[in-house]
Parts: sequence; C-alpha cells; structure tokens
Amino acid sequence: MKCCVCKEREATVHLTQIVGDKVQKLDLCEECARNKGINDPTGFALADLLLGMSGSPQEEGTAKAGELRCPQCGFTQAEFKKLGRFGCPECYQTFSEGLEELLKTMHKGTRHVGKVPAAYRGVEDMKKRLERLQQELARAVRDENFERAAVLRDEIKHLQARLAAPGER
Amino acid sequence: MDLREFLAPAADVARRTGPQDRIVLSSRVRLARNLKGFAFPGWAKKQDRIQVYEKVAAAVAEVPTLSGCFCESLDKLSALDKQLLVERHLISREHAARSGGSGVVLNRQETLCLMINEEDHLRMQSLRPGLQLRQAWAEIDALDTELEAHLPYAFSPELGYLTACPTNVGTGIRVSAMLHLPGLVLSEQINAIVQSVNKLGLAVRGLYGEGTEALGNVFQVSNQMTLGESEQTLLEKLDKVLRQIIEFEENARATLIEKNPKMVYNHIGRAYGILANAHIIASKEAMNMLSLMRLGVDLGMFPGVDRSLTDELFLLIQPAHLQLLHQEKLQAEERDIIRADLIRSRLRSVSRPGPPLPAGGSTE
Ligand SMILES: [Zn+2]
Ligand SMILES: [Zn+2]
Repeated sequence: MKCCVCKEREATVHLTQIVGDKVQKLDLCEECARNKGINDPTGFALADLLLGMSGSPQEEGTAKAGELRCPQCGFTQAEFKKLGRFGCPECYQTFSEGLEELLKTMHKGTRHVGKVPAAYRGVEDMKKRLERLQQELARAVRDENFERAAVLRDEIKHLQARLAAPGER
Repeated sequence: MDLREFLAPAADVARRTGPQDRIVLSSRVRLARNLKGFAFPGWAKKQDRIQVYEKVAAAVAEVPTLSGCFCESLDKLSALDKQLLVERHLISREHAARSGGSGVVLNRQETLCLMINEEDHLRMQSLRPGLQLRQAWAEIDALDTELEAHLPYAFSPELGYLTACPTNVGTGIRVSAMLHLPGLVLSEQINAIVQSVNKLGLAVRGLYGEGTEALGNVFQVSNQMTLGESEQTLLEKLDKVLRQIIEFEENARATLIEKNPKMVYNHIGRAYGILANAHIIASKEAMNMLSLMRLGVDLGMFPGVDRSLTDELFLLIQPAHLQLLHQEKLQAEERDIIRADLIRSRLRSVSRPGPPLPAGGSTE
C-alpha cells in the first residue's frame, strides 16, 4: 500500500479512528508521518482532516498573494493547513472563518462549557447582563416606555464600553 | 537541584497503591494553558520561549502548592535525566527532545508535573495511583486556580482556553487512565473493547501514548474532545467507561480460569520460566512477560509475592533506569544482559507458580 500523502513510498504507519459514526483511515510512510511532526495518532488523523486530504493537491502552494496572515504572530493560512496548529492565541480570531466547521468535526460542541478563569468571570456576567438588558430594551420599546428605554440604552452603552476595554481583569 | 536525588526510588513508586490498582495502574488529568500575547511554543522565537519559561517559573515559585518543588530548564538536564522522566510517564517523549526555553516542574510527592513550553506554554498534570480521576481533577483544578492569579491565560468566553492545536481548545483537559488488561488480550476481546470505547469518542493508546503497540498489555484510555462539554461531565463519563472496562477485564479473567485454566497456567508458567532463567532479554519481551507474571500474582499463583515486585521491575528494566544502576555507558546488547541479570536476581526468592486459585479466591 502506498502512502496517502506522498503517494510514493510504502505506507508503514496505519491509523484508524472511529468517532461517533465517522471512520478515518490513514496510511502513511515513516517519513511523511515524521514530517507532519504530529506524534500521537489522534492528533494525526485530525490534523489530516484539517489538511482536507480529499481536496485537490495543487490547492497548497497557490493563493500566496493576499493570503490571510495573523497580525499578531505572522502565521498564515497555508501554515495552518500544513501544521494543523495555530501560531498564537490571536490566530483563533484571525482564522475564525471556517473555524466553527472545523471544530464541529473535532468536538462535541463549538462553544466552551466548563471552567472559566476568575479574570473572565466578570466578563461572563456582564455578557449575560447585557443580553438581559437588550431583551428588556426591546420590550420597553415595544411597550412605548421611552423613559425606561433611555435608561436601558445608557446602561447598555456603559456595559459595552466596559466589555470592549482591553485587558480587563 | 539534582533530579536523580529528587525522584523517589522505583521501589517506592511501585509500592504506591490506590483503588482498583489491580487493573488501573494510574489516573491522570492534564490541563493545557497558554499565556495571552505570546506565540505558541512551536511558532515562537527562542527569545519568546525563554520569556514564557521565566514567567511560568516565577509563577511556580509564588504558589504555595508547589513550594519545594523541582523546577528546571531542560538544557540543565542530561539526556538520561529526561529519559528517566519519560519512563516514569512524567514528561512526553517530545518534551524530552527539547532543551533551553522549555522546562519541567515536579512536586515532592510526584503527583504534580508541569511541562513548560511543550506543545502549549503550560501543560500541567496530576497523577494518582489506581482509579482516582476526581481526586486528580480536584488537585490540578486547585493548582490551575492558584496559577491563574499570576499568569494571564489566553482565554475566550466562546472558545475557552486557547491552545496551539484546535483539538485541545475549550477545557484543554485530557483525562486518562493506564489499564493493565491481560485478560481481555488473552481472551481476544480487546479489539472489540477498543472499538466500542472509540465509538464513545475516547482514544485508546499503548504504553507511551504514540503508536498503537500496547507493550505489557497496558492501555491508555483518554478523552479526545475538549469543547462543548464541562470537565465534570467528562470525568463522570470516563469514570463510568473505566469501571465498565474493569468489570469486563475481571469477567474475562474469571472466564479464562473457569473455561481454560491450562492455557492461563501455561502462559504464566512460561513467562516465569523465561524471566527466571533468561540471560539476555530485550525490554519488549521483558515487559510482556512481566505483564503475565503480574496477572499470575493477581490470580494468586505466586503466594506471598506482592504486585510491587513486578511493578518495580517494570520500571527498572527500562533503558534509562537500567543505565542509572551502572557507571559506564551501556550499549543495547549489554543492557539486554544486565536486564536479564536483574530480573533473575529479583526472582531468585520467588518459587514456581502454583495452579490458579479457584474463582473467588482471586480477589483480595
Ligand atoms: Zn509518504
Ligand atoms: Zn497568530
């Protein structure tokens, strides 16, 4: 069996993974396995999902000009496709387009559930409060309670400004 | 600080006990964390990696939980030191290959181990003997909370803890247990079990994580998904699955003894024969034979022998641990001879295995 990446050398590394009803199979040569720099079979299979191995091989290497680049760390889309990893935390913002689809193939959901650092717990609360205020505002407007709506708008503006402030701790 | 003086002797490690340790060798919870404003280790320039290392090391020095711990940059450790940490499952093989700008932190009890600048800026893990996922989580959760006061984590309310690889984003958690499953292997049920565990979205790996080979019938079960599920939900799920696997393994052993005692007796007797008499033995064969002998101890075929005998040998026969017992650098062939010598001498006081005890006598 030939390696599914280089399609030249004999495949000696065989990986199968079943997640839910998805079956992923990979047959790689020693060298391509090493070149990917991905050391566990799980990360491996998923990294190749990222690569979109079913896609046309010439996709890589094209679209060099005007390619998306992370302003924080200089990481590019092509590098992400090659490595299956990001350059810095900011990359999640930079490459947010299509990220959700990708996350769907890897995870149970696409939104974080679980531990939140104390520094962000305030933010979470503010967000929830913001949502509530906006619902209340819509109701006030519908009921033509303009005095209440004005108060709510002020509060919303205030909250939004606080949420936008960088480095909130 | 000298790592070799810091590490507990293998004999002490082998004597650590925990619930269900007949089958569950260890439980582990790992968290991946990164610092805001810094490139991930794989993409960062050396200068940035050093800066991250220094920030984390400074935070480590601040938190009470880690007081008196071992904390060192990897360029200060020898290749042998790093290999020792790998053989004790404290750091990954990939991490052992790194040097300056990466580091390792280990507490006295060896229950907490941090890798600085592995794939993520910080990978912290809590380790416990036997099945103790909840305790491991509680311990690492508390340490993480202490550290977050000193380190500005990269976190997004939507995506959670941001990690170098999107497969870890969210909780950044990996919950795993190392299982000894000779019964399921001997009864040829292991593949079916591995497949059904995979279907639940859990990964099953061999002794050292990568590859698929399960040396010594040791398997590692862990979660793969980290986004969209809380730590608690995941812990409960894993705990349930592990308890089921334990039950399957116990059933497989009981059935083997009942239906095919000669086969079991034969495997264990031959394993003892090789271990007690070999003069040259590679680590792979030694691990597989020790696994069978461990099963024999569990089944009561070696009266008076404690499981810590096989567990200690399991550690001691690995290359770096063997090297530790000798001054001069050992070649692979010499290691195979010294390994056999060590095992023979340890088994000198162990008599030949008796027949398996009837079912019921097999549990302690
Ligand atoms: Zn190839
Ligand atoms: Zn970036």
